Amino acid sequence: MGLTLIEKILKKKSINKRLDNFIYAKIDFCFGNDITAPLAAKIFEKAKFNSVYNPRKVGFFCDHFVPARDQKAANNVKKLKEFAKKFKIKNFYDTNTCGIEHVFLPEKGLVKTGDLVIGADSHTCTYGALGAASFGIGSTDLAAAIKEGTCWFRKPETIKFVYSGKIPQWFTGKDLILYTIGKIGVSGALYKVMEFGGPVIRALGMEDRFTICNMAIEAGAQTGIIEPDKKTVKFIKKVNPRIKKVPLIKSDKDANYYKVMKFDISLLKPQIACPHLPSNVVDVDKLKKVSLDQVVIGSCTNGRLKDLGQAAEALKGKTIKKGLRAIVIPGSHKVYGQAFKKGYLDIFHKAGFMVSPPTCGPCLGGHTGILDKGEVALATTNRNFIGRMGHPESFVYLSNPAVAAASSITGKITHPAEIVKKVPMDERRRMKGRRRLSS
Amino acid sequence: MVIKGRVHKLGKDVNTDDIIAAKYLDSQDSKFLGSKCMENIDPQFSKRVKKGDIIVAGENFGCGSSREHAPVAIKGCGISLVIAKSFARIFFRNAINIGLPIIELTDIEKIKTGNLLKVDLAKGLIINKRKNENFSTKSFPQFLQKIIAKGGLINWLKDKKGDKNV
Repeated sequence: MGLTLIEKILKKKSINKRLDNFIYAKIDFCFGNDITAPLAAKIFEKAKFNSVYNPRKVGFFCDHFVPARDQKAANNVKKLKEFAKKFKIKNFYDTNTCGIEHVFLPEKGLVKTGDLVIGADSHTCTYGALGAASFGIGSTDLAAAIKEGTCWFRKPETIKFVYSGKIPQWFTGKDLILYTIGKIGVSGALYKVMEFGGPVIRALGMEDRFTICNMAIEAGAQTGIIEPDKKTVKFIKKVNPRIKKVPLIKSDKDANYYKVMKFDISLLKPQIACPHLPSNVVDVDKLKKVSLDQVVIGSCTNGRLKDLGQAAEALKGKTIKKGLRAIVIPGSHKVYGQAFKKGYLDIFHKAGFMVSPPTCGPCLGGHTGILDKGEVALATTNRNFIGRMGHPESFVYLSNPAVAAASSITGKITHPAEIVKKVPMDERRRMKGRRRLSS
Repeated sequence: MVIKGRVHKLGKDVNTDDIIAAKYLDSQDSKFLGSKCMENIDPQFSKRVKKGDIIVAGENFGCGSSREHAPVAIKGCGISLVIAKSFARIFFRNAINIGLPIIELTDIEKIKTGNLLKVDLAKGLIINKRKNENFSTKSFPQFLQKIIAKGGLINWLKDKKGDKNV
């Protein structure tokens, strides 16, 4: 019996080189952020650990409550900085140098194809897009990994998702994953690994793939993963020129899947997740009457350059609805600089958006865009639980960046096609190159 | 270990933002986090909980973020055990890792808020005293029981050096 991609990586990394039900494995990188790592540091110190297995394989990325929203947040960043200094951990990044961890780590080349990575943040599953086995874990796990360089896993079963068909206009990786979560539910892949494949996945670029794997956790999955291909190789070599060979690990043809699910996406429309679950998914046209108080474009799900570019294309030359709050958050410093150079930030600014420094900020109700009672937001983020962006009686809808941009112009949830009559160049190029993709 | 406590019944898909809102995550203090437990969905929850009480919930308990602050908050407000139809993966491992007892039980419908439960963790036996009903649960795999028996991952890690099976 063959193995799935994730099984191959876990087997290789397991200490006894077996794929038991309980896998105890050596990790390639572990990290936490300004809310999970201070707790890990506290556990580490309480356990009286006084050494780190390998400082180069540990990282702290301050992104949730930075730039420090208050003194407590500042203190947590300071504690991490001191911990990093004490144990010679070079991968400590404060607000000026990183951005949102899951946007930053891949662009910094800290995760490679075939790696086993754990992060004290649930959206660590993002790096599955690189063909890495990446798992969200807790602060105790992180403390143990900082000390020992190991982590325990339960052997996962894999569900394979195969997508074919013509990619509809304004339909992105975000819509594909929202649609999938809508079909299987928030516990539809509980304890499982979601392997995304098929011609549509191969046609999508790395940024869409990051978005897709990022939200695997929203279906309860251990992680998401995509087989590496030419696009993965190109990405990895670009961010890490010292890497000469990227292993093209694939699932075996006779691999054992828990289930295989096939979808034709040709007739789908952009998808929206309604309050208060990411699985409450409907077509964008069904929500025309929903009035908005706030629009947020950004996050580890949709804060990459392509996301900002799509939103900017829909916004170009237009202004946001009077009275609406609109916030755009480039996902990292690199993205910020690129978006600036490409003129996207100018488009956002002229349209009336506020450009925020890179931060998780409002996505988890941290700061820079909290909702009050009764307020409604459309966000390109990943969760819309009760109180996620602020008041327990506020409402969050989730969408792709172009839908968020179009909706900021009308003040209601809007299909981008209603705003952009002339199809923008990028989109036209995409459509021209589009053919029916079938498996 | 035998746990006795009154039941607080919750629904399915109770997420980590329900358990502890993100705005409080700058704290690592279990008492403080405990005082804010379930605030978004039930502001009076932590005030009603008495030490030793038990949460009984539907499927996918603890879905959402990786915040270990969630099981810490539950423990901090005095809850001694969480029984659910199923647990979200990261919550599951966090609970095991910090030594918060958890049990998976399919048949939760018959247990109601206010019922007094007596739970024998080693035997996997739940007795609902109010209704005189017994439920037996599947015990966790051996490797998890080892971590649980040590009271969490850190102690297990410190002791495992002599264990040849890992």
